Amino acid sequence: MTETTLAPAAPEKTGFLTVATLQKAVAFVVLILLLGFFSLFAPNFAQWSNMVNIMQATAVNGVLGVAVTFVIISAGIDLSVGTMMTLTAVIAGLILTNAGLPLPFGVVGAMLFGGFMGAISGACIAKLKIPPFIATLGMMQIARGLALVFSGAKPIYFNDTPSYYYISSGSVITRLIPGLEVPNGVLVMFGVAIAAAVILNRSILGRYIFALGSNEEAARLSGVNVDMWKIVTYGLSGLICGVGGLLISSRLNSAQPALGLGYELDAIAAAVIGGTSLSGGRGTILGTIIGAFIMSVLTNGLRVMGVQEEWKIVITGIIIIAAVYVDTVLRKKA
Amino acid sequence: MKKTLIASVVALASTTMLCAPAMAQETYFPIIAKGFSHQFWQAVKLGAESAAERNGVSITFEGPNTEAEIDKQTDILNAAIAKKPQGLGFAALDSQAQVPALQKAADAGIPIVAFDSGVESDLPLTTCTTDNMAAAAAGADGLAKAIGEEGEVAAVIHDQTSATGIGRRDGFLNRLAEAYPNITVVDVQYANDALKATETIKAILQAHPNLKGIFASNEGAAIGLAVALKETGSGIVGVGFDSGKTQKDAVRAGELLGSITQNPVGIGECVVDSLAKALAGETLPTTIDTGFYWYDATNMDSPEIAAVLYD
Repeated sequence: MTETTLAPAAPEKTGFLTVATLQKAVAFVVLILLLGFFSLFAPNFAQWSNMVNIMQATAVNGVLGVAVTFVIISAGIDLSVGTMMTLTAVIAGLILTNAGLPLPFGVVGAMLFGGFMGAISGACIAKLKIPPFIATLGMMQIARGLALVFSGAKPIYFNDTPSYYYISSGSVITRLIPGLEVPNGVLVMFGVAIAAAVILNRSILGRYIFALGSNEEAARLSGVNVDMWKIVTYGLSGLICGVGGLLISSRLNSAQPALGLGYELDAIAAAVIGGTSLSGGRGTILGTIIGAFIMSVLTNGLRVMGVQEEWKIVITGIIIIAAVYVDTVLRKKA
Repeated sequence: MKKTLIASVVALASTTMLCAPAMAQETYFPIIAKGFSHQFWQAVKLGAESAAERNGVSITFEGPNTEAEIDKQTDILNAAIAKKPQGLGFAALDSQAQVPALQKAADAGIPIVAFDSGVESDLPLTTCTTDNMAAAAAGADGLAKAIGEEGEVAAVIHDQTSATGIGRRDGFLNRLAEAYPNITVVDVQYANDALKATETIKAILQAHPNLKGIFASNEGAAIGLAVALKETGSGIVGVGFDSGKTQKDAVRAGELLGSITQNPVGIGECVVDSLAKALAGETLPTTIDTGFYWYDATNMDSPEIAAVLYD
């Protein structure tokens, strides 16, 4: 992939084996090893139905991971993705159930609202010069509080909009290719990932996101409107959180206003395992999706083996540290 | 409309909270719950408010954002004690950690009534609670009968540290061990939200193809159970706990066999009534069992059950 950087930093492209390629390869190898390990040691793991389980369990975290990847590449961070997901789910509920509008309004409304709130985070960072960690920490709380306020601290159900359920839980693919049951939520995740990869690698926005992350000052001096592109970047993150909100609430057939805290850490972990550098300027969407798959294979496999939740958390932590270690080693070699 | 109404009730409640110190001469009980976002707590609040009106006292109803924030709840407790109320209702997130804070209230001569989860101390005059062990045992009975008293079952519990999580898990497991020798429990897992419960249950179903039934120990776990059974098309027997619209719909449609409901409105009433009685000098029993009911598609619309179910 051509990861164009405006910054005068040393070009990372050295033929086929760029750091990013290597790291994606490492993450992919880890994924294959995990699949192999669980196939051998977890009875009933290696079945198609379970692969569908894993894909479906990856959908929400994968989408949130993509959202946070944009921001991290721009050398920022977004801690609000989990509760923003919940807030947008509540917005979809208000539009569809409380206001009784047709499905497209709910879908578009939730995403636009997420984008709007994300842009506010971006504006706080770009204009008010609040560090991204603090600005999005604040937004995390604002989104969590608003989700409770807007919903009256009650779940909002989508029983009046039966088609809502099919956003994540039906299968369009089964209709086209009978027998291949891939839930729609998984297609949505891959759709978001492809769109995100195109934006990141083929658009001006993508080029500026890398520029911001590699050397913000250089970007500013070359005449890039740094503030505006930051706002757009966080807005895009919020918009994608809106997709996450639609996926989770469709699957639970309800917007659960109390859920969402902690999901941001899983999303950041997926990005980091997939090789996105927390210092900015480096990362890929494919890597994040592989990272999200590594996490859900691990979770699913350990559960199928009957390993306790407590140990599952410990092992996930070890994998994150190992991934960042590999990242550091590869970067030194580059 | 309904949502607006609830929003204004919440707003009103917070206003009352702010004004509370100003009207200290009137009898005032702060009621501190474990949270407020589960519908269960909203129902407790409803019961407490109606009892407050009946007894002519004023109350506030507060709780931390999530049921893991023990420290936040302790802060709320300390703030409530500082207002020098005439009594205090408290649902401890941790049965031991908050005893020192409660001691302060006791030293100040404030009568304490515990509710939902007990406190491992004799400071509370009484505890208004569901007998979680007995309630989960009733769930075990329902599940066992439905699978012909033999085969493999599993349980998904909402957390491994609170008194309700431990009580329901042990009540379920002990009852199976005592009364149903031909039932094997193949897995007990923990999941604290509806999505995590869904994935957990799907993994359990994957690991144990011969599984005949699953018990889910609270509203979130039961939503996960209903979603997982629907997504996998599995016909195994599911038994839940508490209510909420998703769970009620699943029971009514036969996707879940049944569930155990506590009596949250009764718990709320019991707290305020007990505090009023304590002020009047009555002695109280150490625990007041507010009761539980098994419900399924056949009895959930009966007036007795419908009154304690909530959306």
